[in-house]
Amino acid sequence: MWNTVFPYLLSGISVGGQYALIAIGYTMVYGILRLINFAHGDVFMVAGIVMVYVVSSGVPLWLSILLVLLITSLIGFLIERVAYKPLRTAPRMSVMISAIGVSYTLQNLVLYITGGLNQIYPTIPWISGSVTIGSATTKMVTLVTPVLTIILVVALVQLINHTKIGMAMRAVSKDFETSQLMGIKINSVISVTFVIGSFLAAVGSILYFTNYTTVIQTSGAMPGLKAFVAAVFGGIGSIPGAVIGAFIIGIMENIIKGLDVILFKSGVIKAPLGLATFSDAFTFALLIVILVFKPTGLFGEKVTDKV
Amino acid sequence: MKEKKLTLANVASALIVLCLYVAVFIAEQKLPATSMLFTVLKKGATYALVAVSMNLLNGFTGIFSLGQAGFMLIGAYVYAIFTIPLEQRVNVYQYYAGGVVQFTLPVFVAMLLAGLVAAFFAFLIGLPVLRLKSDYLAIATLGFAEIIRAIFQWNQLGPVTNGSNMLRLFPTFNDFNIRNADGNVTVYLSTLVPLLVAGVCIALIVMIINSTYGRALRSIKDDEVAAEAMGINLAHHKRLAFCVSSFFTGIGGAMLAMYQTTVQAKSFTSAMTYEILLIVVIGGVGSVTGSCISAFLFVAASEWWLRFLDEKQMIGNWEVPLLRNGFRLVVFSIIIMIVVLFFRRGIMGTKELPDLFRRKKKAGGELK
Repeated sequence: MWNTVFPYLLSGISVGGQYALIAIGYTMVYGILRLINFAHGDVFMVAGIVMVYVVSSGVPLWLSILLVLLITSLIGFLIERVAYKPLRTAPRMSVMISAIGVSYTLQNLVLYITGGLNQIYPTIPWISGSVTIGSATTKMVTLVTPVLTIILVVALVQLINHTKIGMAMRAVSKDFETSQLMGIKINSVISVTFVIGSFLAAVGSILYFTNYTTVIQTSGAMPGLKAFVAAVFGGIGSIPGAVIGAFIIGIMENIIKGLDVILFKSGVIKAPLGLATFSDAFTFALLIVILVFKPTGLFGEKVTDKV
Repeated sequence: MKEKKLTLANVASALIVLCLYVAVFIAEQKLPATSMLFTVLKKGATYALVAVSMNLLNGFTGIFSLGQAGFMLIGAYVYAIFTIPLEQRVNVYQYYAGGVVQFTLPVFVAMLLAGLVAAFFAFLIGLPVLRLKSDYLAIATLGFAEIIRAIFQWNQLGPVTNGSNMLRLFPTFNDFNIRNADGNVTVYLSTLVPLLVAGVCIALIVMIINSTYGRALRSIKDDEVAAEAMGINLAHHKRLAFCVSSFFTGIGGAMLAMYQTTVQAKSFTSAMTYEILLIVVIGGVGSVTGSCISAFLFVAASEWWLRFLDEKQMIGNWEVPLLRNGFRLVVFSIIIMIVVLFFRRGIMGTKELPDLFRRKKKAGGELK
């Protein structure tokens, strides 16, 4: 039994770490702007595409990784400046629609550049290598992801709790207008938020696509939505919440992918039921259940409506 | 008093719509059936209906729902499942021994059923989801659409839904053409009928919007708390709007099935919902006329007018740079972003067709 479950658990933890890196971007942006940044999943995808093109143009690998991180952060910054900043005083729905528009634009742009073909993600030595642990053979990236995720999250939490810009972020997410009155430069705080979010998404994309090996213009949509669900699950606005939510979702999703095999081998069912179809749907079912029973998520703050 | 004033503008608008229908009918008899115009009109009619029903929720009630693709999927599948001819079922359901549904319904009954089933699902999903607020509701409905997509692809339901395989060979728009005994088309109706169906549905939605219910829905959009204080049952009205919108979205789904001639669950992604949302935004959130106009413009631009951007163009000896496959979509998305960022009111704002006549009259008077 354990031997059957273990490989799925392992890849679940790995995918969970990758979702966590994307989810942080969602949760930070939502915490500050109250905006579901629908384009975040596509930023993650663009990071993958940039990597493909940078490496194929002959840049050494270590430099390409740095370049990808830099370019993705820049893209995140530009998206905020071009598409969200002009709408600062507009109703929230307008900003959300703008985010959907950005997502649509990024996907079409990548479709145009790549010609809509699957791009093979470059192999990164060492983390692409395989490794055997107990009953499971997997890529090194599976082991690297959770460790790297936790290191980055700890660093981020330190940044938010112990630096001046972190304090500004906390203030802005508590009260937008008041922090503005206190002399906090809202625009630069928001830009930093987007840069950090995109940077982490880029790291996540390097790990994710090393695992899945191909990138296409739609590859960002599903991980993006799932990472958002993870952020909601953990309590939107809370970074540890997003990380824990992402790990739970990653693990559950992979267990469901393997549920047929697990149940079959343990003799519960006679024939496969095709339950793997529901691995994506499960995430959203979880979302609806969470929203109905505990809308603030695991670690979210309670908000009361004022008339 | 007010009613009388409205009449003239309304009659003029009705006349315009009627003229458009007549024009389409004549064009259909005269022009070759393969003309791009008809493709655009057919798909445009479908999208117009779905966009208007999305507008009923997002623009008039203030419920930001992103579940359209899910309800369209339900509508498309219900329609397809109940209209595939009996003798073709063995071919379509080749992996499931002809499927379990062994009867067919007339086309219009099946369309109605498509709407009803979608509305029923909307009722079920509305019970938990409609209690949520703005963006949480959006993401929950989006998730619901993904769940529906997974359920319809599940191979255990294969005898009904054909699993992840395609449904095909059901009656399409072309079957509305009247044929003589030899099988030659005598009267072309394949574009007019979908336009009529969409027109009737949209007229019904407009009637709802202008009724007591519609006014209640608008008040919910303006201020939920105030509306509740005025004695409007929030839960009841939201559920009603959600079910009505989904009913028409379901019919739109059935029309999409007819337009595409095949149905496959995997094509009903959230990207489809986003497209419809963008149509609503371009037309003007809160304007039925705007949604219709922008649906046709959106389809025409993406399927027809911007096609040239996808091919190499020469001006004299100079080859225009950048033009290749996919460039059309890039230009298109940039146009959309410009509308979203700088023309937030869209084409029509919150105005309707009759409003135009009233305004024009005044403006004209001042000019003279």
